[in-house]
Amino acid sequence: MAREAVIVGVGDVPLEGGKVVGGGSVLQVQARAAKAALDDARLSMRDVDGLLVAGLWGVPGPGQLPSVTLGEYLGIHPRFADSTNIGGSAFEAHVAHAAMAIEKGYCDVALISYGSMQKSERSRTLGGRPSILTMQFENVWGIPQPVGGYALAAQRHMHEFGTTEEQLAEIAVATRKWASMNPAATMRDPLTIDDVMNSTRIADPLKLLDCCLVTDGAGAIVMTTAENARAHGSKPIHIRGYGEAHTHWSIGAMPDLARLTAAEMASKRAFEMAGISHDAIDLVECYDSFTITVMMTLEALGFCKPGEGGAFVSGQRTAPGGAFPLNTNGGGLSYCHPGMYGIFLLVEAVRQLRGEAGARQVADVATALVHGTGGTLSSGSTVILANN
Amino acid sequence: MSETYEKPQPVIDPGTKPFWDAAREHRLLLPRCRSCGEHHFYPRELCPHCYSDDLEWVDASGDGEVYSYTIARKPAGPTFAADVPYVIAMIKLDEGPRMLTNIITSDVESVRIGARVKVSFDDVTPELTLPKFKLESE
Ligand SMILES: [Zn+2]
Repeated sequence: MAREAVIVGVGDVPLEGGKVVGGGSVLQVQARAAKAALDDARLSMRDVDGLLVAGLWGVPGPGQLPSVTLGEYLGIHPRFADSTNIGGSAFEAHVAHAAMAIEKGYCDVALISYGSMQKSERSRTLGGRPSILTMQFENVWGIPQPVGGYALAAQRHMHEFGTTEEQLAEIAVATRKWASMNPAATMRDPLTIDDVMNSTRIADPLKLLDCCLVTDGAGAIVMTTAENARAHGSKPIHIRGYGEAHTHWSIGAMPDLARLTAAEMASKRAFEMAGISHDAIDLVECYDSFTITVMMTLEALGFCKPGEGGAFVSGQRTAPGGAFPLNTNGGGLSYCHPGMYGIFLLVEAVRQLRGEAGARQVADVATALVHGTGGTLSSGSTVILANN
Repeated sequence: MSETYEKPQPVIDPGTKPFWDAAREHRLLLPRCRSCGEHHFYPRELCPHCYSDDLEWVDASGDGEVYSYTIARKPAGPTFAADVPYVIAMIKLDEGPRMLTNIITSDVESVRIGARVKVSFDDVTPELTLPKFKLESE
């Protein structure tokens, strides 16, 4: 019988005010999240023979070979490694790569890991990328990174489709409502559209409350075969389809600033592999680095037509109780955003599919779509998950 | 021109040196593909349209229009703090490629998508000239 790769464990670390409770180095917090995910899977570190890691830590230095360094720190000797880094969408791609490796018999238990202590270490700035190679044509103009690129896309989207700043604000408000039901979320106080509209202007048309948070965080995912999951009595989450793509990093090279080409490509392939239509999706978790990211992603995934994202999110459609539950943990906008947020989309989707999401649990979730976006609207990776 | 220019400067490499050298002479130079005829920016070793290596440098008109823009209300680091608010724009050059740059204007609120612009060279150091743009209407 063919091997089927499944997700059997998810883990993260407690956050308070956006900082990891008790602090720690970026290796310590990843070890804690990994242990939590392995405990959840009823597996042991001893079982892990595949390690997938992406992050922005320890560079220059040990982070240059992240899976090698983390494997050493965890005391394991993986025979499959993947340090694919396409930005915050890397972890959805890691699920796809691990699924292929497990189904091919190249490894049996894969651990996907991410950690960041950027808030505690105060390491985040709006500038600072070296002006070498491709970036010599970006940094010299003083474009705040990465918000400037997203602002250019938002401005173009508004120009082409008549999208309004209020429509973008709808997303921030709806996401905050979900966060209010997540005790781990950094920002839980109610938010109004006026609050978003009146927040500090950063890079027009984007304002402070259109932007994701800057927090710490660590997360981990464990995957193995369905057979192994049964043997250990863990509840498998099935992987129905996946896809990935990337188009550019320099914002000047983005094919079309008003369309998320990478997400169109990635999700098309994932839907084809899953053999299902959009109607079969009960829940969407998509990367919300900025409000415009969400709007362009919903269009690119095909939940509405290009240019219709503004109308689609209006009237708090994506809020709790709305017709389209989205980013149910409070997202990067209000829960946490340690720099490469994509792993937390997967953690939340798995918890929802298992019915473990507490106060924010969405009723009758059988199939969830997770979509990560990385870089500056650069990369996209989609995973379609199901609990049956 | 300032001798204490502290903003990021391009680390010029062999593939980009002709562009920056020309900018010092107040010329906007673009690579053009002899195989498919398309221009591109930034400069590559292979045409990103047809992947030919048969490329040449040509002088661009310096004319284009605003494809998108943002007004930076927060600076990209402390060296830009005194410039806030300033305009970062993506220009669609008449030759076809898009180019990120600044629009130099006395009124940042006057910039619109579709507005016609013309290149304006800013000699920021004796060794570095940045091709920025001005609104034709200004
Ligand atoms: Zn060509």
